Amino acid sequence: MADMAGCDCNCTPGPPTLSRRGFFRAAAALGGAVALGSVAGTKNALAVEDFDGRPDRFGMLTDMTKCVGCRMCEQACAKANNLPTPPSDPAVMDTPRRPSAQAFTVVNKYTNPADGKPVFRKVQCMHCDEPACASACLVGALKKSPEGPVVYNEDICIGCRYCMIACPFGTLSYDYTSALTPAVRKCIMCYSKIKQEGGMPACASACPPKATIFGKRSELLKAAQQRIMQEPGKYVDQIFGQSEAGGTGWLYLSAVPFDKTGFKTDVGKTPYPEYTKNFLLAVPMVLMMWPAALTGINAIIRRRDKGSEATGKTEPHEEGRR
Amino acid sequence: MTASYTERVDSRPLSWVEEKLFMGQTFSQYARSLVTPFNAVAAVIVLVGLAVAVMRFTQGLAATTNLSDTYPWGLWIGFDVMTGVALAAGGYTLATTVYIFKLDEYRPIVRPAVLTGLLGYFFVVIGLCFDLGRPWRLPFPIIGYFGVTSVMFLVGWHVFLYLTCQFVEFSPAVFEWLGWKRFRAWAVRIALGATIFGVMLSTLHQSALGALFLLAPTKLHPLWYSPLIPINFFISSIFAGISMVIVESTLSHKVFTNQVGGPEHKEKLDKLTVGLAKAASTVMFTYFGIRLIGVMHSDAYGLLGTPLGLWFLLEVVGFVLIPSFVFVYAARRRMMRLIRITAAVTVLGVILNRVDVSMIAFNWQEPVRYFPAWSEFAVTLTIIMLFLLLFRWIVNRMPVLYDHPDFEAE
Repeated sequence: MADMAGCDCNCTPGPPTLSRRGFFRAAAALGGAVALGSVAGTKNALAVEDFDGRPDRFGMLTDMTKCVGCRMCEQACAKANNLPTPPSDPAVMDTPRRPSAQAFTVVNKYTNPADGKPVFRKVQCMHCDEPACASACLVGALKKSPEGPVVYNEDICIGCRYCMIACPFGTLSYDYTSALTPAVRKCIMCYSKIKQEGGMPACASACPPKATIFGKRSELLKAAQQRIMQEPGKYVDQIFGQSEAGGTGWLYLSAVPFDKTGFKTDVGKTPYPEYTKNFLLAVPMVLMMWPAALTGINAIIRRRDKGSEATGKTEPHEEGRR
Repeated sequence: MTASYTERVDSRPLSWVEEKLFMGQTFSQYARSLVTPFNAVAAVIVLVGLAVAVMRFTQGLAATTNLSDTYPWGLWIGFDVMTGVALAAGGYTLATTVYIFKLDEYRPIVRPAVLTGLLGYFFVVIGLCFDLGRPWRLPFPIIGYFGVTSVMFLVGWHVFLYLTCQFVEFSPAVFEWLGWKRFRAWAVRIALGATIFGVMLSTLHQSALGALFLLAPTKLHPLWYSPLIPINFFISSIFAGISMVIVESTLSHKVFTNQVGGPEHKEKLDKLTVGLAKAASTVMFTYFGIRLIGVMHSDAYGLLGTPLGLWFLLEVVGFVLIPSFVFVYAARRRMMRLIRITAAVTVLGVILNRVDVSMIAFNWQEPVRYFPAWSEFAVTLTIIMLFLLLFRWIVNRMPVLYDHPDFEAE
């Protein structure tokens, strides 16, 4: 509001019509208010861009060539998160499922087009490096934690579900059945467990063939690259999650092209906050330039009106618009 | 019940309640005047809506909506919020026309437009309260939980600020009704500042509603997804607002005949309507061009022949390009009826666009599609009905369609 204080004219409240002085004063006051907003906006847009990519952040690696479809991870996950016990019938894997409010991770079965053998794919939150959901959250309930998992604060979530619109992987769920305390439900990589020394997510501890492993993302990435290099014929030459949607905390190795096993291969490599960054940066610009532009237009119109009044034209507005 | 009549005949001076709230009638007269077919239908709709509200807050969204993890937004966001905000744009459009472009002849229709805007936004928030998981936390982004990287944060703040602005803009009418001259004089002064601020806010949050979908490049159909989508939403809100003003003033002149002047007034309105039609036409043609650039930018020509592509053409040609030509045609020949029909078609086109972006073209590749539950339609219908009832209540009491004789024009 510095602009307001700077107005030292002892101006009496303006007449009920919008005088030019009144207009300028209002515009100046707005400029002050808006300047504050624009500083905040710029800082935050940078905050999105400035993801520090802590090299020691945690991640997960799922090697689909090792997964046998035992669904022990589903059970361990349900137990760790107090969710209903998953159905024991393996037939549930035949129709693709997505993570839900009752199951934060699910395993789906596909067929390898090369040899007709089954391929299993574990689905859960991808823990993006620059999460679309976190950038979409208007109260900051979803955050990329410094440790790596994308975590959720139920206590401040208002339930607009824009995060679910934004998530390119379709892994967020909402507890629609709760009347008064619905919340977003998702995998948080067993955040409280991994914060303790030596702790690891329930699904990784439960995996008999060690298809899903836990560790520092940088090390998992190296391990994945090594596996591809050692057995190039076994794997597709791609680590899903290395750069998808700007990079994800969960990495996948597969023998089958990823689009054949239900992966969202159309997500691109751009970090999702980038998609709205330009708009958010344009906001303070519009707020700064609108008062000037509108004041200018208003001033020109007033001057023209005055001029035509002086020359005796009674209806200044009629001119030039017909 | 004839007793009340005799009381009235006694020529007892009207009480404040009778004068201000019952429109100069006693309670029983007023109550009897409310028994109309329209009100009966309204009552049924509102009662059903209230029943759904009870269901929503006792059994949850699952019991009252067809929302799912794949379709987190349905009719209540796609229609009540997205479309509601666009159709409430008349307030800022006309405020710009009169206060910034100084086209004073449009002044008589500013107040009804501002009222439409104010109530429109108010009911957008009511609709939102049905949809939000925990609506009582609605003030959170205002009072200290700042998700500043979110376009939604911007929308939240702007709707809150703009609702306040519009209340201030409309407050002179409230004070004139109450006869509070000092408050009215004070309100008129700040109303002008609020109007300018409101224009800026509107530019941004109209476009921000479109910008929400920038985060869904893989989910929104390429013919609708475009980096230009914020601009599309902003520009379409302008002609949505203008067309709504035409529709609203047409209906007002039919319904509130006792409040508007005679043939002279009608002629005046016709002249303004012609002007509005020309303005809408220009904006719509511009908008059509921008939508076309969007298709080129996305290189999505190949999709035009698909069913959704034809649907897209219906939206941008059938409900934008053609009405834009019809507006000009009818305005040149002063075909008032055609202008008014075209305005209604244009409003439908904007509804279609918002519904397309948020529902029909959204998740276009998903095998399972969303269709609203009956209870979702019931709530939407209730909200529209409450809007109409409150609009009528205010117009019947406050100087909206006419100038209050005791006060000079703003």
